[in-house]
Amino acid sequence: MLELKNVTKIYNPGEITEVCVFRDFSLRVEEEEFVSIVGSNGSGKTSLLNIICGSIPVEEGSILINGKDVTHEKEHVRYRRIGRVYQNPAAGTSPGLTILENLSLADNKGKAYDLTRGINRHRRDFYREQLSALGLGLEDKLDVKLGALSGGQRQAVALLMATMTPIDFLILDEHTAALDPKTAEIIMELTDRVIREKKLTAIMVTHNLRYAVEYGTRLLMMDKGKSVLDCAGQKKKNMVVDDVLQLFNQISVECGN
Amino acid sequence: MSVLLDLAVGTLTQGLIYSLISFGIYITYKILDFPDLTVDGSFPLGAAVTAVLLTGGMDPFLTLPIALLVGAASGLCTGLIHVKIGVRDLLAGIITMTALFSINLQIAGSNLTVDRGTSTIFTAPATMALLGSLPLLYRKLIVSFVIVVLLKLIVDAYFRTKNGLLLRAVGDNETLVTSLSVDKGRMKILGLVLSNAFVSLSGALVCHEQRSFSATMGTGQMVFGLAAVIIGTTLFRKVSFVKGTTAVIIGSIVYKACIQAAISFGLPANLLKLITAVLFLVILALGTLREKGGARHA
Repeated sequence: MLELKNVTKIYNPGEITEVCVFRDFSLRVEEEEFVSIVGSNGSGKTSLLNIICGSIPVEEGSILINGKDVTHEKEHVRYRRIGRVYQNPAAGTSPGLTILENLSLADNKGKAYDLTRGINRHRRDFYREQLSALGLGLEDKLDVKLGALSGGQRQAVALLMATMTPIDFLILDEHTAALDPKTAEIIMELTDRVIREKKLTAIMVTHNLRYAVEYGTRLLMMDKGKSVLDCAGQKKKNMVVDDVLQLFNQISVECGN
Repeated sequence: MSVLLDLAVGTLTQGLIYSLISFGIYITYKILDFPDLTVDGSFPLGAAVTAVLLTGGMDPFLTLPIALLVGAASGLCTGLIHVKIGVRDLLAGIITMTALFSINLQIAGSNLTVDRGTSTIFTAPATMALLGSLPLLYRKLIVSFVIVVLLKLIVDAYFRTKNGLLLRAVGDNETLVTSLSVDKGRMKILGLVLSNAFVSLSGALVCHEQRSFSATMGTGQMVFGLAAVIIGTTLFRKVSFVKGTTAVIIGSIVYKACIQAAISFGLPANLLKLITAVLFLVILALGTLREKGGARHA
């Protein structure tokens, strides 16, 4: 369970360029919830993810993960229980290492990176199995460098890496935005499957309203650091893209976008 | 003919000894993507410490691990300045390098010659027992070769460990390392420590080889190391079975051979650094032309 309590985030405080992204913002995400977050540029979606992961500090308020206050915990410490897939497919993998090496690194998350062998041969079959479940033919490319793969393939591996070890949260930061529509569809379906299979709590930021409506158990629309729409359960199930689009346009018109 | 052969053997030895600098640069520049100027200070540091210890009568082989340690400490300084204080990479290296210049002067003065009677790793009893029948020139070659190959194998093995994989990932993609719940700053510091340990060891070997230290011997060593790395990795770009470490050793030898050839053709020694710089520029320019606008590091 994740809780943001009265969070205030100001960029460049005290300067002319001061921007207040959140003022007294609170959010509660329950266990096994899959939250889709939509909103126009600058509405604070990515800032929200960065605050959860500890990539940026907050001015006020607190962040609790499973009841534990992690507000002042360092980013890399927080990632022990958080998996994150980024918009840029290159961000979640190491292009100079092979698929096998990348997966081995991810597999070791939370344990010591010591002077023992980097690649565990006994896990090879397990990785192959995991890769073949992606359905992208990557199971025969274990020794290929990540940099040689396409954006979609990289993103699939990144998703696999982010969810390899037990995590409390999966953070999806517009992770289909840089992919072509067909590949985006494949990655989105994969994501949904992984979240269901591993019973993960997930937070997904997306610009694709259809994904936000079709996937997930809860939908959140952000505007100027506030949530203007928050629906879950049956109400979310009955939702259609047009409802969201209408509200979205309304906000955009108000903003002059 | 034998003069030419002697020259070749001498150049080969130089290439091997100096290749340890390129090991260091390979780690910082190629793997971490960190332009580390500490090198110009940590190289003479290794030589200064070695010169003093040898003169003081220490076992020649014991000076090597000590040189590794002091080099590691200098890398640690640069790493801490960069990571903990947040000084930019290039400046962090320059700060340590500048400080080391004075420190080296404090350790060994502006020049220190190790006198003929003092034994070095090339004349130590253990070496003589094994290779005593060979002339000094060949002993130098064999001892240097053994040390460099040994270190190469250790570095290669390290890159295959979990920690080594992670170090490679830091230079590739810092974000990933954070996502793996590891402090990327600590990995960078580790890389700088390893790198400067090698550079300092190179300085130590040079001191054993030429029996002298001079405060200015570090000038241009970073450029040399970088050139060796670029030559080596460019030569073997398409040959996947040649490891990076092997490539930079060859790069170092090729570079030293070029310089030696220039001197043999009558180039005054005073122009050496100028030639080094020009040669380096040519290498960079060729690389840029080939990649067309790919001068990311230049």
